[in-house]
Amino acid sequence: MKISFSPEDEQFRKEVAGWLKTNLTGEFEALRFRGGPGDEHSFPQERKLWEQHMAKAGWTCVGWPEQYGGRGLSINQQVIFNEEYARAGGPGHMSHIGEGLAGPTIIAFGTEAQKQKFLPGIVAGTEYWCQGYSEPGAGSDLANVKTKAALNDAGDQWVINGQKVWTSLAHESDWCFVIARTQPGSVGHKGLSFLLVPMDQSGIEVRPIEQLTATTEFNEVFFDNAVTDADNIVGQPGEGWKIAMALLGFERGVSTLGQQMQFRNELEGIVRIAKENGAAQNPAIRQRIADAWMGLKIMRYNSLRMLSGSEDGSLQREAMIYKLYWASWHADLGKLAMDVLGPDSELLESGPYELTRLQSMYLFTRSDTIYGGTNEIQRNIIAERALGMPKEPKGRQ
Amino acid sequence: MEFAFTEEQEMIRDSAESFLQDHSSSAAVRAAMETESGYDPQLWTRISTEMVWPALTIPETFGGLGLGYVELTILLEEMGRNLLCSPFYSTVCLGVNSLLVAGSDAQKQQWLPSIAEGNLTATLAYTSANHWGLDSVQCLATAEGDGFVLSGRLKYVPDGHTAGLLIIACRDEGSLNDQGISLFAVPADTEGVKRRWTPAMDQTRRQAEITLDNVYVDRSALLGTEGQSGEKLKTILQLAAIGVAAEQCGGARQSLDMTVDYTKERVQFGRTIASFQAIKHRAADMMVQVECARSAVYYAACVAQEALFCNESGNNVIACELPEAASLAKAYCSDAFFHCAAESIQLHGGVGFTWEYDPHLYFKRAKSTETFLGDSAYHREAIAQVIFADSGMEQETLS
Repeated sequence: MKISFSPEDEQFRKEVAGWLKTNLTGEFEALRFRGGPGDEHSFPQERKLWEQHMAKAGWTCVGWPEQYGGRGLSINQQVIFNEEYARAGGPGHMSHIGEGLAGPTIIAFGTEAQKQKFLPGIVAGTEYWCQGYSEPGAGSDLANVKTKAALNDAGDQWVINGQKVWTSLAHESDWCFVIARTQPGSVGHKGLSFLLVPMDQSGIEVRPIEQLTATTEFNEVFFDNAVTDADNIVGQPGEGWKIAMALLGFERGVSTLGQQMQFRNELEGIVRIAKENGAAQNPAIRQRIADAWMGLKIMRYNSLRMLSGSEDGSLQREAMIYKLYWASWHADLGKLAMDVLGPDSELLESGPYELTRLQSMYLFTRSDTIYGGTNEIQRNIIAERALGMPKEPKGRQ
Repeated sequence: MEFAFTEEQEMIRDSAESFLQDHSSSAAVRAAMETESGYDPQLWTRISTEMVWPALTIPETFGGLGLGYVELTILLEEMGRNLLCSPFYSTVCLGVNSLLVAGSDAQKQQWLPSIAEGNLTATLAYTSANHWGLDSVQCLATAEGDGFVLSGRLKYVPDGHTAGLLIIACRDEGSLNDQGISLFAVPADTEGVKRRWTPAMDQTRRQAEITLDNVYVDRSALLGTEGQSGEKLKTILQLAAIGVAAEQCGGARQSLDMTVDYTKERVQFGRTIASFQAIKHRAADMMVQVECARSAVYYAACVAQEALFCNESGNNVIACELPEAASLAKAYCSDAFFHCAAESIQLHGGVGFTWEYDPHLYFKRAKSTETFLGDSAYHREAIAQVIFADSGMEQETLS
């Protein structure tokens, strides 16, 4: 067990930092520190151009195998890449659903033809993805999906009807992966399929959801006889749940290290304010800032343990606690930011409702403990899978 | 970067786990608790000669195994899980560390081989006040002839009444805080050393009060430079804090495990209480803290490893993190252990409040280790001083 990086890895760190320093400038300068969670609505077109710029230098999908257009980086180098990217203020990835979820799923379960068709656009930063999981009646109870899909009479297209909700960046996406019920009358985990659906068609309507921040990055997506080609299914009909669950395993990964560097940027901003406005002299604030700092360090070492651990794909204990831990930590940080600001915390950037970055972070962190599995669902997962406690009895369907 | 245990480290854990399950059972702990020494001398002999644990971190030149701090924290975590009653912590985390950090080669040669062989136990005595900062060093050292006269009263000394070798911190008269501090290696049978066991709420740990009644020691007993050992003492205390944190981490783990086991057995309303979300969610929160405690301890252990050997093979950049890493581990693990031990009593229900069941042993150990070397608020303030790059003087004025 050691926490120091090898000289080769430190050299790689310099290479990444150097490239970002010379490239995240000029037209891209304004994107620095923008576009993360809570700020996804900012500069979407410019961020896509930035990703295409990165792609030309081979800095997208760095963890993917080289045969699929990735860089094939070791875990350590992926850690370093993500840390340096966030340290430099690299903008939030528009492609994170494609690069982090759709792509790895297609690599793991897709056909060769699907890999040829979908992966190059993700690597090049020219095709963007969104995730069609949650529905009005299928939030925490994800298996209660009602959206239906059936092959048409000719058998060459899936026809999809239903509604998805909380779909991040649907309005900026070219493709959506949809969990749909393809076996009529099936319930729960059975009879679901994993479909890849083009967004640019008359059968799909995207309606933005206005958040409590008065901005929108989530959407409702309505499928009214939407279609996709028959071969745009990953795995076999009925294997949707299996694939969806495997995909959740891809969500944990090295990108968490980048997220932490963004958190660190936020915390350092709060420390600066505390020094300037005198909050740093308040013993209670000092305790909370120290606590936040500790929490962030621990998050990093949780991640490094998770990444250094077994590669067999089984969710380890430290992976299971990850979401609950960072979401709770970040929500606390949001409150800490406001408490450090004191009465200034109420004052908007401008009217009618333009939030400052910290206000936006404070309000947005209320969603951290809900999306991607609420804290309560996370606790169930930990108790049942890691501690082997009995499952909750199910109600009647 | 490889933040996972090596196969050898896993083997050390496995052998410690099985040895301690056999020899530090609840019954064994309760028997040791009743003795004045606080431990079973026969078990200690086996630990020293069969398991050779006291030799673990002692360099091979001084008769030890030459293993590192990560291996040590693995042992300590397992000892904490089983509430092992022994002078291991005081001997290794206080005694050996003091000699490694502050001793000359001759002094190491004088003491470490006996410790490695299991023939000598040791401890550190430094505070005379009701707290743990360096201003609590209040015993005086006065140069006299070719040696020093030590005087004063030392409190809360772990295993202070049984240790064979006392590492004692004194200061020059009139000096303040971390200035004027000297460290001495003093055999416990030196004339003028008086020792008294002070019974404590946590019976799994022994502490003593030591009175130095004009104790004369030769200059050869001085570790390091006269009056210049404040920084060395800080390093020793940071390493010691990481050791306690490792034990706390193990204690928190055991509090969780025995609680989950109990809730899977206990039936109410026709189902095991482990099936209720009210219980599951609290157990999940305990596990979050246990896993975070482990990350904090393993990280701190890696830093301690670099710090102990920073003049040889260590990484100096990482070694510089020792003060933060130690405070982080001690603050986090103190809170995590207390939380888990308290939850353990609550989730056991009525039996959790009885002498017969074990949760109270962990609850008491949690509090005694939380207090020892500074509680979580103390260590968070130490971290705040690093973050704000200030001395926190205004806070001290307040208190």
